Amino acid sequence: MDAKYSDEELKFRDEIRQFFEQELPETLKSKIEKGEPLYKEDQVLWQKTLAKKGWAGINWPVEYGGTGWTLMQKAIYFEEQAQHDVPGLIPFGLSMVAPVIMAFGNEEQKSRFLPDILNSNVWWCQGYSEPGAGSDLASLKTTAVRDGDHFIVNGQKTWTTLAQHADWIFCLVRTDPHVKKQVGISFLLIDMKSPGIDIRPIKMMDGSNEVNEVYFDNVKVPAKNLIGEENKGWTYAKYLLTHERSGISAVASSKRTLEKIKALAVSTPAGDATMMEDSAFRKKLAEVEIELIALEYTDLRILSEVSTGKAPGPESSVLKIKGTEIQQKLTELRMDLASYSGFIFHDPVGDNNEEALYLRGQGIDLAAQVYFNVRKTTIYGGSNEIQKGIIAKAVLGL
Amino acid sequence: MDFSFSEEQTLLKESVSDFVKSDYAFSDRAAVLESEEGFSRKNLKTFADLDWNSIPFSEEDGGFGGTAVELMAVMEEFGKGLVVEPYFSSVILAGSFLRKAANSSQKEIHIPKIIDGSKIYAAAFSELQSRYDLYDVKTSATKEGAEYSLNGEKIFVLGGYAADTLIVSARTSGKPRDLEGVSLFIVAADTAGISKENFSTVDGFKAANLKFENVKVSAGNLLGEEGKGLAILEDVAAEAIIALGAEAVGALEILYRKTVEYSKIRVQFNQPIGKFQSLQMIMSEMFIEHVQVKSMLYMAVMKFDAGEDVQKSISAFKVQLGKAIKFIGQNAIQLHGGIGMTDELDVSHYFKRVTMIGVMFGDESYHLDRYVRLSC
Ligand SMILES: Cc1cc2nc3c(=O)[nH]c(=O)nc-3n(C[C@H](O)[C@H](O)[C@H](O)COP(=O)(O)OP(=O)(O)OC[C@H]3O[C@@H](n4cnc5c(N)ncnc54)[C@H](O)[C@@H]3O)c2cc1C
Repeated sequence: MDAKYSDEELKFRDEIRQFFEQELPETLKSKIEKGEPLYKEDQVLWQKTLAKKGWAGINWPVEYGGTGWTLMQKAIYFEEQAQHDVPGLIPFGLSMVAPVIMAFGNEEQKSRFLPDILNSNVWWCQGYSEPGAGSDLASLKTTAVRDGDHFIVNGQKTWTTLAQHADWIFCLVRTDPHVKKQVGISFLLIDMKSPGIDIRPIKMMDGSNEVNEVYFDNVKVPAKNLIGEENKGWTYAKYLLTHERSGISAVASSKRTLEKIKALAVSTPAGDATMMEDSAFRKKLAEVEIELIALEYTDLRILSEVSTGKAPGPESSVLKIKGTEIQQKLTELRMDLASYSGFIFHDPVGDNNEEALYLRGQGIDLAAQVYFNVRKTTIYGGSNEIQKGIIAKAVLGL
Repeated sequence: MDFSFSEEQTLLKESVSDFVKSDYAFSDRAAVLESEEGFSRKNLKTFADLDWNSIPFSEEDGGFGGTAVELMAVMEEFGKGLVVEPYFSSVILAGSFLRKAANSSQKEIHIPKIIDGSKIYAAAFSELQSRYDLYDVKTSATKEGAEYSLNGEKIFVLGGYAADTLIVSARTSGKPRDLEGVSLFIVAADTAGISKENFSTVDGFKAANLKFENVKVSAGNLLGEEGKGLAILEDVAAEAIIALGAEAVGALEILYRKTVEYSKIRVQFNQPIGKFQSLQMIMSEMFIEHVQVKSMLYMAVMKFDAGEDVQKSISAFKVQLGKAIKFIGQNAIQLHGGIGMTDELDVSHYFKRVTMIGVMFGDESYHLDRYVRLSC
């Protein structure tokens, strides 16, 4: 047993550091330092910078222009990304639809979609959930009916993150209503500019507009946009869930957040001392830190097992559950530090109606709004109750 | 021993409850929040007409002579409706300073205006560095002949946005964290030298940060004895915690009830999610937390009215409340799933309001610490 990096891994880490220090565009650097929100163009700029270096496809195999990195290398990358406050890449194209296209798409689809995803020329969103199909995703009702060389799509998706910025949406649609619900679903790629698509923003409790409703009214979708076989969509969607889950624990970013909270505690006055000397706060902080250390080692253990060839199993549910609980606890700590000043409402929608992609807070500003926002993490991506159900069934055999 | 309301108290509670049910639909409230002032003058007038403003004031001051029980009754019902009008900040909080510390001529000037609703009052007692310590006061009041001159900044003045008159804590002697030397003043909000920065709080209320630059206050507007303001502040805060706590207990009741209702109608996997035992256990715990915190509220109210162990009981209540707010609030959102995160559904508004109350006048850690200190 040895948890230290090898010389080779250290060299790899230094290369990444150097790149971040030298290549993170100035505009982004200053926004990040000031805690200012990031916009679409910022994300695009950064992804293009990474693409030029060959690092945009972190999870991608080399044949598609990816890094081909080992799990350990990816872990090192994510650690450095967090430590340098470098923005993560938007996942919907890169790590959600692309792996499905690679595994089940045809050659035409691969060459049509993958390069634009890698270079951030085309933005994607995920059209799975519907008003009646959340945890029970397989009960989805949006239909796609074959009409010659097209599908006609009708229905509604909801909670679609960043749909307002997306060029394309990958959808689960019902193509056969007469069979068991899981086997009548197909995986369809739809151009967001198609006539009949209507996007309506959903205002969330923190004032932000991360998610949307997407309506489909007789939307004509070329049949060549179907991934794989008709009625096999559920298998593809499940592949995605068990496929690449690196980063799901968010350990690297939580560690960074914890460091920032400590720095904030040191600079937050409390009586004659600072909050860092407040015994109640310190204990709470230590408890979160200890949970996080445990999760870091759980993450590494699972990583090393997968590296030796085992498929990532339902253990990743542990990472999802603990990772999100810790993210939420961290927002509580920040709220504790902020006291009243963290409860002033800042409208995430700017004066010109321009909108940051995600709610970001630095220091004590937005402490309460970030606390509200991060409640989402235990709801989406398979709610924590659903994850516990998976452990009960798949791990414990109950 | 008697935990029941008197007939009069029951009637009061019902009249507030009726108002909330008939005049305070969630959509009406949303419209009020969108308005410039962020509350409805019409509703404030209703409160005055129904005589709710007079409740905390003694009969000799022209009030109803209510106890903490009446305060609790009103605020719990307000909590169920998420009432945003500055009733707490003006009538209860600012009014409490006047009740406890004003001399007879000050009372004569100010209390009738609160009772008839013609003026809005607000209290300014927090500073950027003070967190929840009421004695941590840097704002200074320097005596210059028959006047005091105030300099400093106050933050998060609830209802400060629309206030006509302010109650301000300022230091007349000593170092910033001395227990002695804090004084209280009645200050007209439009006095020269006061600048205001208005904002909304995350729960949709309006507040203000205030800056005082050589603000002249006549010595006649000193509230209570010079330098002896802390005892009054603590007394006021205790009552404020009861009032806000009662509001939170009302809001928490709605949160757990709405969650239970929703779980009966939300179908996933061909059954109402309320049929899943794991969710039943969570909802049972939400219910238990509500029972416990409501008991704790009654305890605090009775101790307050009896004048026994007040500060320690208040801290105990605030700790229990802090736990209930987190547990019930977070699970209400969780069990609603995505819809619970939206601005459209009232659940998130209850969640935000109780979260705000969780930190007001000291969060759970602060009061746990204080409870330990008071127990030694
Ligand atoms: C901020 C945000 C962003 C999102 N982004 C996207 C996106 O981009 N694309 C997309 O397709 N979807 C997205 N989602 C949707 C997300 O995946 C769903 O919210 C999630 O699947 C839960 O579904 P639901 O909201 O309908 O809740 P429900 O499924 O109705 O769940 C309600 C509650 O019941 C519990 N529950 C349900 N079934 C069980 C069970 N069997 N046992 C025990 N408990 C159960 C849940 O855990 C939850 O607590 C997003 C959601 C949020 C909040």
